[in-house]
Amino acid sequence: MHTSWLLIVLVVLAGISFYLGRSRAMQSAGGDMRQLHSLPNFYGWNVALASLVPAVVIFALWQAVQPNIINRSVVSMVTTEELTGGALNLVMSDVRRIANGLDAAISRGVMSASEARDLSVGDASIRQQLSAVGTVVGAEVSDNVLLAAQRYRAMTATGSLMQTALVLIVAVAGALYGLRQTNRDFRARVSVETVVRAVLIFAATVAIMTTVGIAFSLIFNTIKFFNLHPASDFLFGTTWNPLFRGGSSLGILPLLWGTFYISIIALLVAVPIGLFSAIYLAEYASPAARSIIKPALEVLAGIPTIVYGLFALLTVGPLLVSAFGPNGFLGLGWMRGGSAVITAGLVMGVMLIPFVSSLSDDIINAVPQSMRDGSYGLGATKSETVRMVVLPAALPGIAGAVLLAASRAIGETMIVVLGAGAAARLSLNPFEAMTTVTAKIVAQLTGDNDFNSPEALVAFALGTTLFVITLILNVAALYIVRRYREQYE
Amino acid sequence: MTDAATPSTTPGNPASKKGSLLVTDARTKKRNNAEKRFRAYGITAISVGVIFLATLLYSIVGNGAGAFTQTFIAVDIALPEETLDPEGNRDRSEMSRVSTFGYNPLIQQALAEKIASLNIETEVPEAAFGQLLSPGAAAQVRTTVLNNPDLIGQTVRFDILASSRVDGYFKDRVSRVSLLRDSNLSPAHLDIVDELRDQGFAAKKFNLAFITGSDASESRPESAGIGVSMIGSLAMMLVVLLLSLPIGVAASIYLEEFAPKNWFTDLIEVNISNLAAVPSIVFGILGLALFIQFAQLPQSAPLVGGLVLTLMTLPTIIISTRAALKSVPPSIRDAALGVGASKNQAVFHHVLPLAMPGILTGTIIGLAQALGETAPLLLIGMVGFIASNYPDGISAAFMSPNSAMPAQIYEWAKRADPAYYERAWGGIIILLGFLMTMNIIAVILRRRFERRW
Repeated sequence: MHTSWLLIVLVVLAGISFYLGRSRAMQSAGGDMRQLHSLPNFYGWNVALASLVPAVVIFALWQAVQPNIINRSVVSMVTTEELTGGALNLVMSDVRRIANGLDAAISRGVMSASEARDLSVGDASIRQQLSAVGTVVGAEVSDNVLLAAQRYRAMTATGSLMQTALVLIVAVAGALYGLRQTNRDFRARVSVETVVRAVLIFAATVAIMTTVGIAFSLIFNTIKFFNLHPASDFLFGTTWNPLFRGGSSLGILPLLWGTFYISIIALLVAVPIGLFSAIYLAEYASPAARSIIKPALEVLAGIPTIVYGLFALLTVGPLLVSAFGPNGFLGLGWMRGGSAVITAGLVMGVMLIPFVSSLSDDIINAVPQSMRDGSYGLGATKSETVRMVVLPAALPGIAGAVLLAASRAIGETMIVVLGAGAAARLSLNPFEAMTTVTAKIVAQLTGDNDFNSPEALVAFALGTTLFVITLILNVAALYIVRRYREQYE
Repeated sequence: MTDAATPSTTPGNPASKKGSLLVTDARTKKRNNAEKRFRAYGITAISVGVIFLATLLYSIVGNGAGAFTQTFIAVDIALPEETLDPEGNRDRSEMSRVSTFGYNPLIQQALAEKIASLNIETEVPEAAFGQLLSPGAAAQVRTTVLNNPDLIGQTVRFDILASSRVDGYFKDRVSRVSLLRDSNLSPAHLDIVDELRDQGFAAKKFNLAFITGSDASESRPESAGIGVSMIGSLAMMLVVLLLSLPIGVAASIYLEEFAPKNWFTDLIEVNISNLAAVPSIVFGILGLALFIQFAQLPQSAPLVGGLVLTLMTLPTIIISTRAALKSVPPSIRDAALGVGASKNQAVFHHVLPLAMPGILTGTIIGLAQALGETAPLLLIGMVGFIASNYPDGISAAFMSPNSAMPAQIYEWAKRADPAYYERAWGGIIILLGFLMTMNIIAVILRRRFERRW
């Protein structure tokens, strides 16, 4: 409550600053706008920003740092015994809960402020009093926990008081500084626009920060994993068998094999269909047919992957079993269950068709018409032109498109989670269930995990592997596509 | 084409040597056939694609339409005052002391009377009649009574949800054969159901509760609905919109209008096109490590989901916004600069408004993508629990655990009872309805407001 009030006060202060700055500028110009360097509002904005920006920065920094400092000084009070990791966290959350409970009790009028301060364990009724305001304290409150809670409360209160004072002082000082700057020759527009520019640059760096964030969150946890589990087993192990008691074998090879196998099947479906559709659309189809077929294929790209997952699990899987299963109409008995490499691969292929076709379509359209005309002039038929002239010219671009599709296939999650099965195995039979890197990331990280067991941390190592593979594919594909575009532009 | 240079492969045929245009020689025939084949490949490929699309849509609609109707059984339940409101003063807090256990016998008795009054002979013991109705029947009656205390003392006709097996029988999912090994319902029950149906007391009706309701426990698929997770999705989309639109537009303005050409902006560009192709599950890992592990935000909260999806949607929005900004001709900027606007004023007052339709189109498409995304939500814990209550209040909608539409669909798809598969398909119909609406809005925006320069 207190922080939101502080923010509201800051905004009000900024509003006042805006008004003061604007009127001061007008005053210095004798009420004649034309005497000013910038429009009057820029002077107002300048003062408002001078008041708001430093205050908000300090507010945010304080907000981030204060809990750390308080925690550190309070921890020293409760750690008379040897407490580590989780146990310490529990005690600290107890401390925090009691402190918040006392605050709630005071605000509800259950206790007075001085009562809360003088509370001691001897009173014994703390638990009852706290539960009266909805705070449940687990264990019987021990002496130093209560002391720590009192200390926590006191420090938090002083901290917020200091924060409020400092922030308000900075806000007022900033406003005064901005006002002092304001006169009719001051270049208010330039200084306001500098701030705007800084905001724009900050927004642009969010993309970089995301990448850095991904890299850090993957790398740190991966290092943690390799400290707990031998890297050789992860990288070269051929069995995947996580056990919650420990002693798991976590070899990535069967997962990688499953991933690649499913992706290859998906590409075998998507590339021919996508490529031939693109050729037909670009070279043969009439504009009317094109305007219907192209969006229809692109609908496939707009469908969420969960839908494809369900399609694999409930439609394609049973359909394939009815053909290849033990009682199937082909009488082959190859498939035992609906979840199999072929199920996931087939459905993933369908998902990738529009991806391949629309990228290839763009690329084929970018081949200059003069090359086709030259070919026709020599007497080649349309298909000969496509095969001998257009496709070779478009080949690098198409290769890029296929690489992008492969990266999609490798990173796809929902289809394999629902359609491929859960068994990690190294096998060549496409009718068997296998599993992939993405499916195992989901399996290891859903549910209640502490992030300290190798069985949970392995997901981050898997994520790193996935990230690196797709990154290489993406960079290669983007490079190829870009080079190709430049060639014909 | 090399064919022109090589000698004819049919030297015995004089017609081909002289090359009359009226007679097609073997080589030309071959080439023409190759041409036809090539065309046929193209048509086949497209037909295969369209057939896949049609199959997909058919199986969605065919399997999911059933989720919107549900079987109800009409029962006349007597609501005696002495059991439901012993004090007799219709005080809500006193009446709510009677739990669903107090209502169960009333329903049981009403059902038995109904079956007796219709002269249905059955070997089903009277105690097992209740299996025809949903386990949530008592709760349904209790809620109605608590909301309308005046009903007490009367005999009221309730339309009560049939159990999922009975519903499955109405929808051809359950047959007498499949019930032989089922502990929840016996084939003899179905004889009663047949009679009830013939007399008009059991029928399939449109089930609004599927759209507005909350998820139910594993044993009550008939009362599960997608409403609560819709709220979760809505909260996430609000977060995505409020964060990714300003950040994305600001970033694109910088990159398109202000950025100097140097290694730093190159780095940002490569980064953005890369992020657009990073697998979504990696964003889930990022969200788990950054927002839950590090920042200690609550698990399963729509706020966290929204933040993760924001990071995922940003590249899409930036790419389309940049395209929209690029399509505004330079003459607009030059004119603004020429009458004394600063660079900022030229961009914010003139270029940005003209690019707005394109930006909004891109944003809507980005949001549609985010709405259907499932994989990152699995990692931040938006599955695996039952979203059974509407969030109370606005901050709870963002901060307290909830599900989201795709996560709810995944959850249903994983449950063992096949009755939930129908729900999953039905959920997909609703999800696709939202996506289609958003895309249509985007197309209309583009058609109406996009200018050709």
